[in-house]
Amino acid sequence: MTNDNYLKDIGHIKDMMNRSSRFISLSGVSGIFAGCYAIIGGLFTYYYLFPKPHEQLNYGSTKFFEIVLIALLVLVLSIATAIFLTSRKAKKHNAKIWDITTYRLVINFLIPLVTGGIYIILKLNSQHYGLTASLMLIFYGLALVNASKYTIGNIKYLGIAEIILGLICAAFPGYGFWFWMIGFGLFHIIYGSIMFVEEKKASHWES
Amino acid sequence: MGIIDNINKLFDHRVRLGIMSVLAVNEAADFNRLKELLNVTDGNLASHLKALEKAEYISVEKTFIGRKPHTNYKATKIGKLEFKKHIEALEKLIN
Repeated sequence: MTNDNYLKDIGHIKDMMNRSSRFISLSGVSGIFAGCYAIIGGLFTYYYLFPKPHEQLNYGSTKFFEIVLIALLVLVLSIATAIFLTSRKAKKHNAKIWDITTYRLVINFLIPLVTGGIYIILKLNSQHYGLTASLMLIFYGLALVNASKYTIGNIKYLGIAEIILGLICAAFPGYGFWFWMIGFGLFHIIYGSIMFVEEKKASHWES
Repeated sequence: MGIIDNINKLFDHRVRLGIMSVLAVNEAADFNRLKELLNVTDGNLASHLKALEKAEYISVEKTFIGRKPHTNYKATKIGKLEFKKHIEALEKLIN
């Protein structure tokens, strides 16, 4: 074989890897975005909406709904960014955005996440606020580990890190907010940056 | 030992290279998914899968979904290792 053939082989390998698992290629940048949204949302909540030490946060109060609204906004923005960046990349590679890989990934991600979400809402309903951050981290971690079976290995480690953080958080009541900021903000930015560097290394193949 | 030793003869075919690429980044893939990704005929794909299975680079799992047979393919540890060596050898050759 000539040099040219080897090059074609590598191009073919890269193309197949990309087309069969697009989701991995953009999780880096979308991870950084998700982390930033979480930190902005968290800080805003902390400075403007958090109950003062002498106040109580009541289920159903305006403040409560504002906090929930911000949390939902962070979630929706993160997902929208991930979808936008992924479909842009998919178009570049002439791949379909919705196929078996996507379907499996989304379903397996949602099962633990929705379970956790419903559980947390039920707990809030009965005035159990204390473990909210811990439960969010743990269920989100489980969702990531579960989804990792349908994408490349790295997301699993983020999931495990979130689960461990969630457990530590449960052991330190009162610091839930800070653990939440670390888990959803910092961890996403770290993970996103590592993935971004790896993506850059991988695209080195193309040239 | 030259780098040429790591060039794996078994991966010397576009379809086999494609199968290994898909299985390197996916936990598993079924027959139809591989067919769609690689754009090859049933017979062609089956023969290449056989060759990789014989070398124990991939494992085959047959189940039934309703009445339809469903075949899932996975890369084995040896398969992944050999594939990695092959890629590294290719990279060295072109550098």
